[in-house]
Amino acid sequence: MTAAPDTAPARPGGLPLPARPIAFALFCLALTLIVTAAALPAAAMRPPDWMVLPMADWINVTFAFVHEDLGLTVLTRAFADLVAGLLDITDNLLAGGRGGLGLPQIPWAAMAISGFMLGYGLKDWKLGALAGGTFTWLAVFGQWQWGMETLALIAVAAPLSVVLGFLLGWAAWRRPWVEAMLMPLLNIAQSLPHFAYLIPVVVFFGVGDHAGAIATVIFATPPMIRLTVLGLRRVAPEVVESGKMSGATRWQLMRYVRVPTARAEMLVGVNQVIMQCLAMVVIASFIGAPGLGYKLLQYLQGLKIGKAVEIGISVVLIAVMLDRLSRAWAELQPVHHERGTPWWKRNRLLLVWLGLMAAVAAASGLHDWVAEIPRRKAASTAFLWDPIVDWLAVEAYPYTNALRGWLLIHILIPLRDAYLAAPWTAVLALVAGIGWNVGGARSAAVCAGFVLFVAVSGWWDRAMITAYMVSVAVALAVAIGLPLGIWMARSERSARRMLLICDTFQTFPSFIYLIPVIMLFGVNDVAAIGAVVIYGAVPVIRYTIEGLLGVPPALKEAVDMSGGTRRQRLWSLELPMALPHMMVGLNQTVMFSLFMVIIAAFIGTQDLGQEMMRALSSNDVGKGLVLGLCVAFIGLMVDHLANTWAAKRRRALGLG
Amino acid sequence: MTLQDPAAPPATAPAAAAAPGQAAAPAPAIVCEGLWKVYGPDPEGALAGPTPPSAAALRESGHVPAVRDVSLSIAPGEMLVVMGLSGSGKSTLVRCLSRLIEPTAGRVTVDGEDLLGLDEAGLIRLRREKMGMVFQNFALLPHRTVLENVAFPLEMRGQRRQERRRRALEVIELVGLKGREDHFPRELSGGQQQRVGIARSLAIEPDIWFLDEPFSALDPLIRREMQDEFLRLQEMLGKTIVFITHDFDEALRLSDRIAIMYEGGVEQIDTPDRIVMNPATDYVERFTREIAKARVVHAAALADPGLSAEGEPVPGDATIAALGRRLVESSAALIPVAGPDGRSLGAMERTRALDLLFADAP
Repeated sequence: MTAAPDTAPARPGGLPLPARPIAFALFCLALTLIVTAAALPAAAMRPPDWMVLPMADWINVTFAFVHEDLGLTVLTRAFADLVAGLLDITDNLLAGGRGGLGLPQIPWAAMAISGFMLGYGLKDWKLGALAGGTFTWLAVFGQWQWGMETLALIAVAAPLSVVLGFLLGWAAWRRPWVEAMLMPLLNIAQSLPHFAYLIPVVVFFGVGDHAGAIATVIFATPPMIRLTVLGLRRVAPEVVESGKMSGATRWQLMRYVRVPTARAEMLVGVNQVIMQCLAMVVIASFIGAPGLGYKLLQYLQGLKIGKAVEIGISVVLIAVMLDRLSRAWAELQPVHHERGTPWWKRNRLLLVWLGLMAAVAAASGLHDWVAEIPRRKAASTAFLWDPIVDWLAVEAYPYTNALRGWLLIHILIPLRDAYLAAPWTAVLALVAGIGWNVGGARSAAVCAGFVLFVAVSGWWDRAMITAYMVSVAVALAVAIGLPLGIWMARSERSARRMLLICDTFQTFPSFIYLIPVIMLFGVNDVAAIGAVVIYGAVPVIRYTIEGLLGVPPALKEAVDMSGGTRRQRLWSLELPMALPHMMVGLNQTVMFSLFMVIIAAFIGTQDLGQEMMRALSSNDVGKGLVLGLCVAFIGLMVDHLANTWAAKRRRALGLG
Repeated sequence: MTLQDPAAPPATAPAAAAAPGQAAAPAPAIVCEGLWKVYGPDPEGALAGPTPPSAAALRESGHVPAVRDVSLSIAPGEMLVVMGLSGSGKSTLVRCLSRLIEPTAGRVTVDGEDLLGLDEAGLIRLRREKMGMVFQNFALLPHRTVLENVAFPLEMRGQRRQERRRRALEVIELVGLKGREDHFPRELSGGQQQRVGIARSLAIEPDIWFLDEPFSALDPLIRREMQDEFLRLQEMLGKTIVFITHDFDEALRLSDRIAIMYEGGVEQIDTPDRIVMNPATDYVERFTREIAKARVVHAAALADPGLSAEGEPVPGDATIAALGRRLVESSAALIPVAGPDGRSLGAMERTRALDLLFADAP
């Protein structure tokens, strides 16, 4: 760990040395550099040109080599054909596409009833109502076609991700070298912003629904890999031994013992895959994936906020439905039937479902609307939203505009200029100092390495703008989330309710958060930061509540019996004990904020995200990936610092 | 020792038990010689020297000797209880005997077959035919019903569904779970779950039965009940058993012989009577100090075949505690002892018995 002594050796008659002299020296250096910025040579202010490595060109050359000379096109084309073929089938069944099996589209009534039965069978009638209601909403409000196009994409991408993730996870579990290779890749992959995935996919697979599906598969696979490894590793050794003693071969052990016992973790993986798929499918509309995301993009670009809200609601409903259904599946426990239960009773739900399907088939012959409600006849909630949007535009505009102006002039722009004015050498020293303070020489080297990458990538200014937006947003998110979390954690009941709300918010694809802020602030920095703040506050609230609830009751009782007031208990016990867990939340907030800032590029920011949008439109893989890595490394740096600190703190508190 | 009649108490043949693997005993079911399991950077290298290293020397070089030079032999139908505190290596030992863990050195023979020489297929065959094991935390498959769990070993060896079902139902009835065949493990209590574990381990009719602390996870009342149940089963089935426990009382209650382990080595392997009366090491002595010896030692263990006495003989399988009244009320110096078949085992000195009876009195 740190070479510096942890306690200050008090010198007689002098000032005590700082606890970590090297970290202290680095901080002093950073401060000096900032103060003397005016006198510094240009190379110390901005990374000089000779330092910038043409990494984008290297990546482009490598890509071109792999793509053209190694004949990877054959492979990618085969994969693209497979995905396109599968898409034809789901698109045919769900959205009435012409390809695939050439079957008629499934009537909306059949989907709604199936949704209800599935929810009811997996959990209870409430889940059934949610699932059935979602399909009904889509049909009644004329969004059936787009909703089904989105679902058709997910229906292809999610199973592919699950299979791929399971196979890779299995390989990583079996062979340590596969894991050693895969895990750092996963770390980077999970901190790359969504856009960074889109560019190479466009280069290899072009644009369109199949490219969207492929980008989604690549994006959604990492959590499945992780949870497969976790699940297989968590199978109790005794259970495996019992399988071995039952004379199971390796294959039997895998098929009958390991995989079924790891079922819960793997289904959590499936849940995450589905949610990631939905988030990505919406964003993949940028490369031509059809569906709700595409429509949402169109309406937002056209500033048709009322319509966008309606689509946003559909996306949110689908997200919540998919999340709850897949979670109910993961939590489903087997229940036995009493002996002698007749088979029709055992399969009651299945029979009811078959009956209803037959009824729908018969009814759709009677009336067209059972099969499809034509868009012209469909209801719309626009009448509800348009006045609100109009009112906001007319009545609230002076206030939001004043707030926006004030924020921009007095806080945001000065802050941005400060970030941009800081010499890069000072940032390097500061970050290394923080690293040293948290985790000693190793952390200092790791953090400095990440910053150096950004410096040599040639995107220093853009990265600083991203950092400025993220830090403002994170500060605001904490300022909102922390008190709210503490307040909500005061009783078990309100805490549970708030956690449920957080859960629901976290299922929304990030894109959705742009709708309300555009509605309020229009298209600018303030709106972008507003979206990031809402998105980022959720983990702060969540981890604050979880951390506070996790404080052992015996300790609380000890403080109470020592005569502590509520406030004393909070400050002297609960917050210090919860802090490591809250740090994990803060880490997630930073990650979320980074992703969101990049997505917000869509409404006109000037940071790395904006450049990434440009790289996307010009199919520049190298530039896109370098930009993506810059974002990823900023995220990984915070991740490293937060986790190191939290782990140390946990150990010190004896929290395991 | 021979236990073809499992009902016979251990005291009937203490002499034979004292020297396992003697020529008089039938071919042993399990033999292990010089068995080692060492964890660390270079286990084989650590054992490479001409003489086996001491535990301290191994620890010095960063190794952990989980099983240290264990040699023992178990006769067919015998129940050996391996007793030791947690970390003493008892679980590792039983896993070496079933080859769930690969031993570092030594030999293990099961029914004359070299266990460590078997390839994977051979090992699977042996487990499918001869071995059953019960685990501390039950190790049931959560997604399978009681019936499917019990039938699992039969399924692994490819038996037909009908046959599997018939045999599984048979064992389920044997362990007293009839009527719960369709339940899932989580719907059962701890005691019931372990009954499923026992039934599963018996499904293939194994000759050798490993039990790894089977009752440790159960609460004391249930544990007692399960021990009785276990004795009942063993009386019916007469298997060769290696039973692991950290509970000395349980060991005394169930065993023919006890092997006491400490830091990976076997400190003493003997009948309960002898362990209580003649502890071989300080460690064993510390263990037995708190035991009410009169409840463990049987009359037969005190009987000297060279002596004889007049009067009504006491049964050799009675504990000294059970004979307390007779010992106190009698005035004879010697009391005759008889085996279960009425044959005289000699006589015991009354004062020695009384010493045991009042050993704990001030």
